[in-house]
Amino acid sequence: MIRLHKVSKQFRTGVFALSDISFEVEKGEFVFLVGPTGSGKTTIFRLLTREALPTTGEIVVDNWDIIKLPVSKVSHLRKKIGVVFQDLKLLMDRTIFENIVLPLEVSNIKTIDAKIIVEEIMEKVGILAHRDKFPIQLSGGELQRAALARSLTLSPDILLADEPTGNLDQVTAFEIVKLLSEINQKGTTIIMATHNKDIVKTFSKRIISLNKGQLAKDTTISHYSLKSDNIDAGNKKLETKPKPEKKKEEDEDF
Amino acid sequence: MKTFKTTWHNIRRSPYQAFAAVFVMTLTFLFISFFTFLLYGSTKAISYFESRPQVTAFFRQEVKQTDIDNLKDSLMKTDKISSIKFVSKEDALKIYREQNKNDPLLLELVTADILPASLEISTVKIEDLSEINNTLKDSPLVSEVVFQKDVVSVLTSWTNALRSIGLGLIIVLSLVSIFIMVIIIGIKISQKKQDIEIMRLIGAGGWYIRWPFMFEGIFYGCVGAILGWLISTGALWYATPFLSLFLKGIPIFPLPLVFLLGLLGIEIIVAIVLGTLSSFVAVLRYLK
Repeated sequence: MIRLHKVSKQFRTGVFALSDISFEVEKGEFVFLVGPTGSGKTTIFRLLTREALPTTGEIVVDNWDIIKLPVSKVSHLRKKIGVVFQDLKLLMDRTIFENIVLPLEVSNIKTIDAKIIVEEIMEKVGILAHRDKFPIQLSGGELQRAALARSLTLSPDILLADEPTGNLDQVTAFEIVKLLSEINQKGTTIIMATHNKDIVKTFSKRIISLNKGQLAKDTTISHYSLKSDNIDAGNKKLETKPKPEKKKEEDEDF
Repeated sequence: MKTFKTTWHNIRRSPYQAFAAVFVMTLTFLFISFFTFLLYGSTKAISYFESRPQVTAFFRQEVKQTDIDNLKDSLMKTDKISSIKFVSKEDALKIYREQNKNDPLLLELVTADILPASLEISTVKIEDLSEINNTLKDSPLVSEVVFQKDVVSVLTSWTNALRSIGLGLIIVLSLVSIFIMVIIIGIKISQKKQDIEIMRLIGAGGWYIRWPFMFEGIFYGCVGAILGWLISTGALWYATPFLSLFLKGIPIFPLPLVFLLGLLGIEIIVAIVLGTLSSFVAVLRYLK
């Protein structure tokens, strides 16, 4: 579903945001993308949505070669990928409903159908009561839910969540990730960039670690001790590619 | 429908910019309307003068009718005459009385005997007027020749000059309008840069973003055209009684409704073209 092969991204300043990154994400997977600030997490998301082009390498998303994709098709690609942006990117002069309905309007979905879809999603993420409020009137957690709701309106095959728990308290952060987990269980491929090691430890998912633009680790869960995600994820066995890492080293990735 | 809603939303969110754009467009179309009225009036005046007898030959008192008929026939044979009309002394008196019906003193003093008979002649081509004028002047039957070539040619040259100056000014005003509209729409695009970026990121196509700005330009153009037309037509309607009195005898006023509605239609088409062009330039310039 998603394949990055020897991808590098060099900025005009000469700094490499990513160097020689390769990984694959299968359909329906839930992947945590971890790494310190500036490690290249957001750059990967920008490359996947064709917001930026890699300097070298190959990126394939759902059989679409991102580099060769004509400009006229970029909007089609972006409709297939839901994104929860790090800075949320909600329109401050529109109500929460108007923000969430935007992807449907962009896709020329009938107003009446769009209304039903949006209300259903708002109900699911728990912000239906705030439908006519403006972003400034909502709390951080509610805004994250609104951004998540907007990313889900077009039922995307892939969901990219860039630090969706940033600046949230632990309880709200866990609620957001649980929500993502539920979405993932319905078949949506999710890549979530995060700093929150508690979340990563708690939810038994594959972890891709980045450090200074390089792939540090790709850790896949080999044994699912829990059928569903819960907070007690103590007895998970981690299998690390290409080499096993010690727990202490895992902590350093954040 | 959504595009129109977004367009209206954009207009309402920045009323002063919208006002500036509409004001500039109104000025342009106000000028276009007034210039068109002027051109219409001068063209009508020229055709009025052209349709009037271009040469009038007044005969001596003692001239016989047979001599006048012979002269008339000889002129007709030249094939340069489009119309020729004999005005007898009695006809001349009728015309005099009609022209001075409000002045009894002038009517009392004049009889048919002192008014000369005349021939009112129009030529097929205006350049033949001089030759006819000379022929008549050389005739011993004719006492005086009145020759209107100068009136028509002066009026024609004035109209041509007016047309050139007016067209030049319309072009300049249209260019100014386009530049101002490009700047205004450009400012609006810059103000909505973040919104546009977000819309792009969630999959909005290029034209989904561009259309509201395109319609905005068209809206300003059309509102400007309608306002310009309404103001100029209103002013013309108000001034019609005074102008009719001033241009006594020249049948220009009132301007036909079909002409005025036709002008409105053309101005709206021009407004759409100007609005589209301005928006397109702004979108190309600011929405890369």
